[in-house]
Amino acid sequence: MAETLLSAPAPKLTPGLRAALPVLALLAAGFLAPLLTVAAYAFATPKSFDVFRSFTLENFAAIFDTNNTVWMSFAWALALAFACVVILLIVCYPIAYGLNRVFGRWSGLVSVLFVFPLFVSENVRLYGWVLFFIKNGVLDGALKWFGFPGGPELLYTPGITLFGMVYVYLPFMLFPMTLGIAMIPRDLVDAARDLGANRLMIWRAVELPLAMPGILIGALLTFVLSAGAVAESKILGGQSVITITQDIEAAFTYAQNWPLGSALALILVLIVSGLALAAMARLDLDKILGKR
Amino acid sequence: MSSVASPTPFSPAAPKTPRPVLQLVDVCKLFDGFAAVDGISLDIDEGEFVTIVGPSGSGKTTLLRMLAGLESPSDGYITLRGELINDVPSNRRPTCLVFQSLALFPHMTVGDNIEFPLRVRKVAPDERRRRALELMAKVRLPEDYYAKNVMLCSGGEKQRVALARAFAYDPDVLFFDEPLSALDYKLKKLLEKELKDLHRESGKTFVYITHSLEEAMVMSDRIGVMRAGKLVQIGTPEQIYTAPADRFVAEFFGEVNVIPVRRSADGWLRRDGRPVAVAPGLAIAGDEASVVVRPEYMRFVTAEAGADNTISGTIFNEYSLGSRLQYQVRSRTGRTFLVEVPRAAAWKGDGEVTIGWDAASAIVVGG
Repeated sequence: MAETLLSAPAPKLTPGLRAALPVLALLAAGFLAPLLTVAAYAFATPKSFDVFRSFTLENFAAIFDTNNTVWMSFAWALALAFACVVILLIVCYPIAYGLNRVFGRWSGLVSVLFVFPLFVSENVRLYGWVLFFIKNGVLDGALKWFGFPGGPELLYTPGITLFGMVYVYLPFMLFPMTLGIAMIPRDLVDAARDLGANRLMIWRAVELPLAMPGILIGALLTFVLSAGAVAESKILGGQSVITITQDIEAAFTYAQNWPLGSALALILVLIVSGLALAAMARLDLDKILGKR
Repeated sequence: MSSVASPTPFSPAAPKTPRPVLQLVDVCKLFDGFAAVDGISLDIDEGEFVTIVGPSGSGKTTLLRMLAGLESPSDGYITLRGELINDVPSNRRPTCLVFQSLALFPHMTVGDNIEFPLRVRKVAPDERRRRALELMAKVRLPEDYYAKNVMLCSGGEKQRVALARAFAYDPDVLFFDEPLSALDYKLKKLLEKELKDLHRESGKTFVYITHSLEEAMVMSDRIGVMRAGKLVQIGTPEQIYTAPADRFVAEFFGEVNVIPVRRSADGWLRRDGRPVAVAPGLAIAGDEASVVVRPEYMRFVTAEAGADNTISGTIFNEYSLGSRLQYQVRSRTGRTFLVEVPRAAAWKGDGEVTIGWDAASAIVVGG
């Protein structure tokens, strides 16, 4: 073995690597480079554009200063994202199950209905909801017109922000979940029932574990998306709570403090990717599919 | 409640108590007006090994799924020990189906798969483990497979896991939906015999479906042949082999020589006008029939060894079947016939041959 290794010619570009080169180049330039630039900015002199020329930890010191309330923005962003994922799990499972097992030939149409909103800009849809919920808007006005005292004041609350996030990210949970449930072979459900299991036992012991890859991917996707959400809290939530993405945006725009914004972004990336990796570790596709 | 009944000593002629455990009366299953199963009536006795054979699309899987409770009959009755079970869901039936796909739970170990029906019944973990290991020994799975990922097992091992899991449920009747079809020939032969041994040891009723009559012959007490949703014939392997109800059953067995004949005033005539000697006492309706001769009953006719019926032709091809040789012979009228002889009796002469068969070894079927 050692001999063949020693006498082996210098490593050449395998066809696989050669084919991957364009994508690698694109990823390096379009994904890795901006990320590294952001990381570099995080260590630049505050309120300067001295990237790659200065190194300081002042930005982080400012963030971790006990007088700084920016941690509240982190907490709101993560709490809203977490709540959004939990609600989506509960809302999407029955729909995903229905798409696979109940709706039959109507599944196609139902899927299209859920995809359709994606064709309209997110901001436009959110302003639509503003018109729906606003004072004298669709809901409030209609209720008054029918003689009721008027709708509840929902707009510009953390609750409506959460509603907006659930609404916007629903397809990103629904479709991976639907695929996950589609991965459950019909025979296994029949076999479990034939072996005496009732509906609940089948769900817990067979369906849920086998659909788990799809469910976890959906949860991961919606968590990452909603942790970075900004439009919902700005448009629907009316800045009733500030999420971290808004702080980052403010640092880059009004404050013109790119290094601070970069430091916040870097921390957010670390938190979200840490949580995502922890979830991914549980997602052992190979074990579920029985491959080595 | 142990599924491991004390083995009954082997006695082929042991009389069976004729107590049907499963009774089917005029069972039908319609799918959008198409009758997948079309009026099947059948009694299956306690401890019997019954195999339903049929080509794909004959409705045998649908029949089995109705028996297991995964489909409900459109018409007719299914009773288990005298109790109507038409609409009893599969999880409340004391029956268990071994699926063609085996339907093993891929996210569980071998042990967890086998213990599944016990876990459903809330059997204590220690007892579950004890039973699982006992069943693994019974189906000849090594003990250290208990914690193995079931998807890393080989085809034959998966087969054994599926069997052990079915036995763990301790059903009155076990159904098998072609579970051996994906295995290689040698393993299939081995498992067929093991399955039959397991049937004898456990004393349970087995209902097996397959498209291979050969597989059915090895294992079954009785064989039912299905075609287009109907049961064409039911009988012992011996009966099916020696007295097929019609040409379909005869041909289903594999290669046979079919010689179309016409009734004449003094007996049967081959289509080319030569008389055909057949065993006496055959009652065939209609004037058209087929004489069926299995290749092993067809032989080369020589001056020393004649035959009741003869045909002359030329050897067109020769196939080696291992211990036997098969010859394809073309008659002067262009028909081909198969002659199968032991290797020791290989044809030594030239290509011009006369082949023949005795009246007693031929079967006449209608159509």
